[in-house]
Amino acid sequence: MTARLAQRPGDPASLVLEGVRVLDPVAGIDRVGDLVVRDGVIGGAPDGLERVDARGLTAVPGFVDPHVHLRTPGQEEAEDIASGSRAGAAGGYVAIVAMPNTRPVVDSASTLGSLIERASREAVIPTGFYAAITVGQEGRGLTEQGELADLGAAGFTDDGRPVADALVFRRALEYQRVTGLPLVLHEEDPALSGSGVMHEGVVSSRLGLAGIPAVSESVAVARDAALAAYEGGRIHVCHVSARATVDVLRAARQAGVRITAEVTPHHLVLTDEAVASLDPARHKMNPPLRAEDDRQALIDALVDGTIDCVATDHAPHAAHLKEAPFEQAPFGVTGLETAFAVLYTRLVQTGVLPLELLVRRMSADAARVVDLPQPTLADGAPANLAVLDLSARWTVGDGGFQSRSTNSSFLGEELTGQVTMTIAGGQVAWRR
Amino acid sequence: MRRRSLLSVSGLDRADIARILRTAGRFAEVATRDVKKVPTLRGRTVVNLFLEASTRTATSFELAAKRLSADVVTVKGGGSSMEKGETLKDTILTLNAYEPDVFIIRHPHAGACELAARHTEAAVLNAGDGKREHPSQALLDLYTVEREVGPIDGLHVAYVGDVAHSRVARSGIAAFRTMGAAVTLVGPPSLIPRDAKEAFGVETSTDIRDVASADVVYVLRMQRERMGAGGFVPSLREYASRYMVSHERLRPGQRVMHAGPINRGIEISDAVADDPAALIQQQAANGLVVRMAILYDLLVEPESGGDPTAAREALATVAAS
Repeated sequence: MTARLAQRPGDPASLVLEGVRVLDPVAGIDRVGDLVVRDGVIGGAPDGLERVDARGLTAVPGFVDPHVHLRTPGQEEAEDIASGSRAGAAGGYVAIVAMPNTRPVVDSASTLGSLIERASREAVIPTGFYAAITVGQEGRGLTEQGELADLGAAGFTDDGRPVADALVFRRALEYQRVTGLPLVLHEEDPALSGSGVMHEGVVSSRLGLAGIPAVSESVAVARDAALAAYEGGRIHVCHVSARATVDVLRAARQAGVRITAEVTPHHLVLTDEAVASLDPARHKMNPPLRAEDDRQALIDALVDGTIDCVATDHAPHAAHLKEAPFEQAPFGVTGLETAFAVLYTRLVQTGVLPLELLVRRMSADAARVVDLPQPTLADGAPANLAVLDLSARWTVGDGGFQSRSTNSSFLGEELTGQVTMTIAGGQVAWRR
Repeated sequence: MRRRSLLSVSGLDRADIARILRTAGRFAEVATRDVKKVPTLRGRTVVNLFLEASTRTATSFELAAKRLSADVVTVKGGGSSMEKGETLKDTILTLNAYEPDVFIIRHPHAGACELAARHTEAAVLNAGDGKREHPSQALLDLYTVEREVGPIDGLHVAYVGDVAHSRVARSGIAAFRTMGAAVTLVGPPSLIPRDAKEAFGVETSTDIRDVASADVVYVLRMQRERMGAGGFVPSLREYASRYMVSHERLRPGQRVMHAGPINRGIEISDAVADDPAALIQQQAANGLVVRMAILYDLLVEPESGGDPTAAREALATVAAS
């Protein structure tokens, strides 16, 4: 079964990007010239089409985010499908998949069906939805995954919470043979994480804040990798944050376990030292920002493919909830509108990551881990692309956000690299 | 003008701490007089915002502000609008209307003072936030040691017990280290913060016999909720048998401190608590003058143009009036 990506109806894009650098690392394309999009498809005859001066700009396969929170239903003051998908479009995304930890939880066909229906009216880019692994994400009974899969669920996850009971998770792996859909896992041991609010280490000790130890994540991944191996199942690990987890992933892959993993931009460029300012709107998320040694391990793992892709874990929250003492504020930061620029500025411009690899990890690899179609600039493909101005400098938050929320780790920071146009599902979804 | 705040001991350098302790000494002279009130903060408004139970800190800050002739209002968690669901931010915005010069804040969660400081022009004085910091306690502890034991530079202080959950220890360690003391943490491994050596520049030990080399033994309160199922130690009985500070575990000449309230028979023996050589009563008594000095330092010192001589003269004038 395949995920259903819903998008509002619109006119198919028809234009010529003149003089653009066309860069598609997967398809082996890197040339400068005109890129034609005709009736929402790459290629074709350029005559009669709108011509866009794109000299100095770079067209890449659009980004895919297998991990966003659209807060609908239940917390629409933080985000809804229209605003969240607009944030994605502004960030160069051509497909996003939303997590089911809404109110109510997406654990029934009726809730999932209404979301898909709503997205087909409101989403400016193709938008998919996961359903929960367990009813109410309570970690006990499995949801009716066959029916949810038939309806177009993108996969199953109890994101925000782990499946604490190993037997329940084993049942989910067994049932995966029915649906064939990915199991997407927020990995932590709830007992080890306890009441923690940040990475356990030097900084948490100094601040007197309860810590979430790195082993809380790595032991959970180790357990689930062992179960996946036993059942011949396939799992995707969300937002890897720790070196210890990278070590477990590497060993599991070498042992032949079918396991993929993602990492967020904030874990790739920030550490727990940032938490000292005690601003939860910027630096409180789960998993937490970890130590510099962890960050280096994440970068190495993204480069060598132990971590497959970048995902934002875009987690908008109403401002009043984040304007609370650090310990009391909810976990999560936004990411869709800043992901590319943050990674381009901090990792590509500094020589840590080649641009080609970043594009691949944000696009084709991110699509692959959850079985979504991989965006490509090859002729005849549906137009799913982002046009980037790699010399543009901009300040995060200036001119507002497309997202309804402002809880960005990078608010006020000057970044390089801006998305000037996004064509998603064959439609122009964003144009600066 | 945005005022200076005191959110954490890490915001103070050696000169800052020395200056505040000196000022406290001058206020101690005032306290021996017949009329104990000085006009230093006349016309200033002090808001005491205590959103967690506190007796000694709340009363000593209130009295300190009154001795300095400030207008003081004390808002406690119980009975305030916060009980009706008002957020800390809105409470601060509301109280801003009275144009306070300083908010003195006690809160059960770390980061509350930083949040308050983002929403007010007034100085913010951290009077204890969660398990993080309690700077005024640290300063009164240093003041007490300096008066009763001697210069802090070169001294060895051992903190014993539940360091992990102690804001008294976190601020105290930082302040003692800043002033040149060596610090050792002694306690059960589950109650010594992770990476403590690197985090605080201290030595650690799980053996109570290692307090022997300390000049000052600082006993930390052991809370009941730290034991039992999923807790940090098996039982208070076992804790007491291994870590209670008693005369058998001290050598003559060592001075014992405790920020209170004390649990006799758990972290400290009756005999040590009542020993005249302990500094516990002096700590309680010194809270007032040190908190006067902190208020003076935040509200008056910057206006003297950063010239410590001028500040001392100003204070001398006040003290003589």
